[in-house]
Amino acid sequence: MIAKRVQRIPSSGIRKFFEMAIGMDDVISLGVGEPDFVTPWPVREACIYSLEKGYTSYTSNWGLQELRDEIAHAIISDYGITYSPEDQILVTAGVSEAIDLAIRAITNPGDEVIVVEPCYVSYSPCVVFAGGKPVPVATDPSNHFKVTSEQIRDKITDKTKAVVLSYPNNPTGAVMKKKDLEAIADVVVEHDLIVISDEVYDKLTYDGKHTCFASLNGMQDRTILLNGLSKAYAMTGWRIGYAASTPEIIGAMLKIHQYTMLCAPITAQMAAIEALKNGREDMLAMVKEYDRRRRLIVKGLNALGLDCIEPKGAFYAFPSIKSTGMSSEKFAEKLLKEQKVAVVPGNVFGACGEGFIRCAYATSRDVIKEAMERMETFVSPKS
Amino acid sequence: MKEILEILENDARASIDEIATMTGIPKSQVEKAIKEAEDNGIIRKYKTVIDWDKAGEEYVYAIIELKVQVERGTGYDAIAERIAKFPEVVSARLISGDHDLSLLAKGRTMKDVAFFVAEKIAPLESIQGTMTHFILKTYKQDGDIFYEKEESKRLAITL
Repeated sequence: MIAKRVQRIPSSGIRKFFEMAIGMDDVISLGVGEPDFVTPWPVREACIYSLEKGYTSYTSNWGLQELRDEIAHAIISDYGITYSPEDQILVTAGVSEAIDLAIRAITNPGDEVIVVEPCYVSYSPCVVFAGGKPVPVATDPSNHFKVTSEQIRDKITDKTKAVVLSYPNNPTGAVMKKKDLEAIADVVVEHDLIVISDEVYDKLTYDGKHTCFASLNGMQDRTILLNGLSKAYAMTGWRIGYAASTPEIIGAMLKIHQYTMLCAPITAQMAAIEALKNGREDMLAMVKEYDRRRRLIVKGLNALGLDCIEPKGAFYAFPSIKSTGMSSEKFAEKLLKEQKVAVVPGNVFGACGEGFIRCAYATSRDVIKEAMERMETFVSPKS
Repeated sequence: MKEILEILENDARASIDEIATMTGIPKSQVEKAIKEAEDNGIIRKYKTVIDWDKAGEEYVYAIIELKVQVERGTGYDAIAERIAKFPEVVSARLISGDHDLSLLAKGRTMKDVAFFVAEKIAPLESIQGTMTHFILKTYKQDGDIFYEKEESKRLAITL
């Protein structure tokens, strides 16, 4: 009864583990992929005010003009690249929707899309839903989970259409240097590819400046830049993301968007305008706090003997658990059952994530300390 | 330095070790910076924010606004410093507007505070008038909210 494309996506066994974690009381969780901060009050207040004023209708399929203006302005001031708010920016219901639209807009049946792993879980399934074939590229700690242009080149065939990059990376916290990205840009030109660059963690870069892939020489017209407000402004539940690219690609994405989502919720769009206009200081304060927690958790994990490279972005540490001899899922399940600490098994993010776990540090310092204590009990040899 | 102070301002119990880890500043430098800040009076004191109502200890607080006849030569400082010496006075500030000084006074009962104003403050020669506002409930103090905190409603695991 169910379509083959959908059947091809395995309904993973990991779901059971998630249900167990969600159903358990007093779990100390390092498993959450979103900020522990509540959305800054001025943003919430602006949303409430918009409701009082009666903003409850549909918006343009593109999103509110004022929001697109703010997004265009933010991209210029952060990265110096210009997108026309008229036909090069599309407001979506979270970056998740934008990922789906971007992939569907460019993928023909049989096209190959290179996906750098470990990575967020939705890229490959979206490629499959679009009738394409995801081609994973594995990264590892020896190169700080960065992908090289050679690795990408090795996977290119005459069917390759696009590459999905996501830096700063969920789950590894890896970031790419400008020169690493430039080497990839050369391959992209050489093989006439499109890059889907999910940069939703761009503000959460702790060491040096984030390089926007579209800002590289010649890349703006070959890049579908995806970003949103969820992570930087603690607005996950609002579902506001956006895509920026050429009028042709954005126009194609708009076609799908208008017949599926129609528009992002207006209340959330009103809140997003306030966040982009006046939320910068709140955002920077949150980033600073993540940075402190980042250093605490990395030191803590390494002290436990779980080798962990320093994550330079996002809010995840991705330590190896190979020294324990357990698989990622086994480790996560035992840790949850024995010590009530929730982490995410690394294999969820791609086959090369096996042997690692994802520990989110978007949680209070007290929680991080408590988690480290419980994990110490867990990994130390039983007497 | 600013970052170390910010961490301590929010958590006076943060250890040198933790501060060094969180900031990436070497331990010896953190220790030295804190010592210097203590010596220079930049760090005035390490205190704890306590919700006494919750502890079941009844205290009465009042904001007392004073109109002052300024003394020649000494300005507001002399009278303010004199008043600030009373143990009942938790804080004393020079303010703009209708009144000149604003005190926060603490006592065990309303009577304590009222008598303190009537007997110790009002009779002072340069005090022209007082206005006492008793505090009925504290919602936020020193940046900390006292009503139920907004708990994060996140699920235990999301990707």
